[in-house]
Amino acid sequence: MTETTARPAALDEIKIGGLGASRKRVEDDRFIRGKGNYTDDITLPGMLHMEILRSPLPHARIKSIDTSKAWEIPGVHLVLTGEMMATRNLAWMPTLSYDTQAVLATDKVRFQGQEVAAVIADDPYIAKDACDAIDVDYEPLPPIVNPAQAQADGAPVIRDDKEGQVNNVIYDWEVGDKTGTDRAFAQADVISKIELHYPRSHPSPIECCGSVADFNRATGKLTVYMTTQAPHIIRAAVAMVAELPEQMIRIVSPDIGGGFGNKVPIYPGYVVSILASILLERPVKWIEDKTGNLISTGFARDIYLQGELALRNDGKILGMRMHTDADHGAFFADAQPSKFKIGLMHSTFAAYDIPAAHLTARGVYTNKAPGGVAYRCSFRVTEAMFFQERMIQAAADDLGMDQAAFRRMNFVKDDDFPHRTPFGFLTDSGQYAKCLDVGLKAIDYENFRKEQQEARKQGRLLGLGISTMTEPLGAGNSREYDILGIKMFDSADLKVHMTGKAILRTGAKTQGQGHETTWGQIVAHELGIPAEDVTVEEGDTDTAPFGMGTYASRSTPVAGAAVAMVSRKIRAKARKLAAHLLEVSEEDVEWELGRFYVRSAPERGVTIQECAMAAYSNMPDGMEPGLENTAYYDPPNLTWPFAVYIVTVEVDPATGVWDVLKTVAVDDCGVRINPMIVEGQIMGGLTEAYAMASMQFITFDGDGNCVGSNYMDYLLPSAWETPGFELHSEVVTPCPHHPIGAKGIGECAAVGGPAAFVNAVMDALSGTGVRNIDMPVLPDRVWEALQTHHDVSGAPPVRSDS
Amino acid sequence: MTVVYDDLGDEAAEEVPMRRIRFTINGAKKIAEIEPRLLLSHLIRRGVGLTGTHMGCDTTNCGACTVLVDGKPIKSCTMLAVQVDGREVTTVEGLASMSELHPLQEGFKQEHGLQCGFCTPGMMMAAKGLLDRNPEPTEEDVRWALSGNLCRCTGYQNIVKSVLWAAEKIRAEG
Repeated sequence: MTETTARPAALDEIKIGGLGASRKRVEDDRFIRGKGNYTDDITLPGMLHMEILRSPLPHARIKSIDTSKAWEIPGVHLVLTGEMMATRNLAWMPTLSYDTQAVLATDKVRFQGQEVAAVIADDPYIAKDACDAIDVDYEPLPPIVNPAQAQADGAPVIRDDKEGQVNNVIYDWEVGDKTGTDRAFAQADVISKIELHYPRSHPSPIECCGSVADFNRATGKLTVYMTTQAPHIIRAAVAMVAELPEQMIRIVSPDIGGGFGNKVPIYPGYVVSILASILLERPVKWIEDKTGNLISTGFARDIYLQGELALRNDGKILGMRMHTDADHGAFFADAQPSKFKIGLMHSTFAAYDIPAAHLTARGVYTNKAPGGVAYRCSFRVTEAMFFQERMIQAAADDLGMDQAAFRRMNFVKDDDFPHRTPFGFLTDSGQYAKCLDVGLKAIDYENFRKEQQEARKQGRLLGLGISTMTEPLGAGNSREYDILGIKMFDSADLKVHMTGKAILRTGAKTQGQGHETTWGQIVAHELGIPAEDVTVEEGDTDTAPFGMGTYASRSTPVAGAAVAMVSRKIRAKARKLAAHLLEVSEEDVEWELGRFYVRSAPERGVTIQECAMAAYSNMPDGMEPGLENTAYYDPPNLTWPFAVYIVTVEVDPATGVWDVLKTVAVDDCGVRINPMIVEGQIMGGLTEAYAMASMQFITFDGDGNCVGSNYMDYLLPSAWETPGFELHSEVVTPCPHHPIGAKGIGECAAVGGPAAFVNAVMDALSGTGVRNIDMPVLPDRVWEALQTHHDVSGAPPVRSDS
Repeated sequence: MTVVYDDLGDEAAEEVPMRRIRFTINGAKKIAEIEPRLLLSHLIRRGVGLTGTHMGCDTTNCGACTVLVDGKPIKSCTMLAVQVDGREVTTVEGLASMSELHPLQEGFKQEHGLQCGFCTPGMMMAAKGLLDRNPEPTEEDVRWALSGNLCRCTGYQNIVKSVLWAAEKIRAEG
């Protein structure tokens, strides 16, 4: 015990790596040395290798599969087809949206790249050779590559495997107030409309998906090392699908080479590798190649958005109406809360004060890969915000109003929180107009408008695009959010050892977000234990508390809150220990960072580390020993960050090429745990926004061929193309219901960013009669729009060159 | 050393032609018996067991597999292992010893030049190739030199800063 005559100096929270410290990342130490441990880095004794044979056709009946030549290749241990999977009741598996998905095709193939067979061999080269030796006889069927084709008269029924499925419609869904919205439109002075296609995109982390399944016959335990953002959901699903006892399943998510939503769903490759390991009683590794990843795993977007705003002449928005047609591919496999068929699309216009709104949504099957559907986005929020900001730009133009003034006039005001949106969300807090003002000042709005007019006179096309977004992050409260019935809480488990060092585990799983660094900072903030004394572990279901994983920017809002709450439980017990050590009653004990002291004698105190030692060596009579606890956090609401992104561009009228002149980002994500990491997240999100706006998309030709099945066709911006970004953090509105006032941030820029780039190009084209060019705003599309003065659609099928 | 192989029969042994190559990796001399079709990235990862070199795209686009061959950055996913016969390979593990860091490694940590870490070894090797031939690069030089390496997390701004940080440190150390 520290008995000093003077009160010790207070701990400097930044020095111990607490809240607000731009602490250098713990995980970097292994990554910069090439000592990360990704799934493909795992080698187990006796391990075999699996490769998957994929369908070359988008839609075809399988007449026969001859695997005999594959079996003959030396080094081949097993060849699996759908027929063999069916004998184990594993030819089909449930999806996260209560549909079914083929593991290995039995009756038909339904998209190009669908899994047809798998080979397990000594070596991946041998397995690939054997895949080539499998002879599949297909009877081609007409392919469907968009919702219009899917709903046309006489369209073939893609899901003829489903009893009662007579067409290609998956669902019709609606939300909002139809009557009120109709009334608003009846009263409108001006009705402004827009129609868009948000192209299919792929999250495309550089690391593809993979698994190493290791079934041990002797112990009965199945261990699966795999690229998953949500290991506990996988464990639950494996227990239910494979009918294995849950305590005998261990899912380990090692280092993940980027996720962005791509590594949430359950893929056939995982399932087949697990079955192969059980059958062969040896570890089986499956590592997808890039083409396999791009053509078969969780895509995002691919949605047709049409909507309209009811406007008063003075600029007030009276109502909003929209309809979406979503192309889900061959299986409805969205990873999203069960209750919402089109995700959180109805978060659209949450930042604007709109009296009435109504949304209808239809989902259809097509001959394309099934979804994950979220990509750096909370369940369709990207589409919602893109539609919102493209619609706002069109409406302001229709009214002849200034883009900034129109937004400011319709924003939810600072004193109007919590604000109920017309679709029923409760936004928690924000300073929207202030963020906009910061952004306008940073881009030098007035001067740019003058410069733009001057440039026009010389035939130069400059443009400025504004986009704002608020996003429901941190799914979510158990009243509304579940996946397959499992409520979307999260968890943290903190063990403080006797020397005052600690290990923290959560139900989330970092994929680059830096949890190993930031979670320690929350503990430091709550307990005064230096962040460097806290080891963080995630991703092993045998040790981590049950949680729903990392996606939808939910880690800080949910698991991060759990870290704060478990730290507070630890502090509550430490207070009792402190009272015992100080020989006073608990009521007389006060807390300051890292130390308890006697209220009447502040120089008499004990540190948290001394309390930890006492928990194992000198606890009071009747007290349970130890200083360990677990917290499960069920958030009361979602967190609602806000951002303004403003982009200026110059379009070359001769070529349609556009260059970014400046990008300004103003993000209000509440309290920032580690500002360096937050800024890294924002820059990454802006880059993906720029990518989607400028070049990155997956499309299909009329024959159902996937265009964008490799990095030569699926364009991602490099350091050369990517513009620089100017970030602003002046506006901080703490989340009123989060224990440390933080809001989600990981996705904001990818959600709000695309419309800023597109709006900028469209602004440069103002006066040409062009209302919309679909993303990506490729130079040839811009050039075509300038030539024809018409909108340019990017919806599949792609036009052929002939 | 003991190596036990599965007996795949005499026919299998005849079917697979093997080549013997000698090469140096991170200063260590090696002999390997390999199939001619083996990719260099697989020789490094599975043969030598150095897993810091990552496989991203298989088509020379992403650069996660970048290593130095005779001092020049190349993408090991599209080079055959037999092509390094008699040559010298440097991987991320050869940048520095475990106790000491190369200025590039320090720079990436200092400037938050990585998030998931998957592209990082390739980025650092491509950057090493740049700094070896141009010790005083501009931001534009760095962006051009890294344009064959893709990152999905960072937006590159901090990667560029990391490389410039390293260049500065190397210059300062003389």
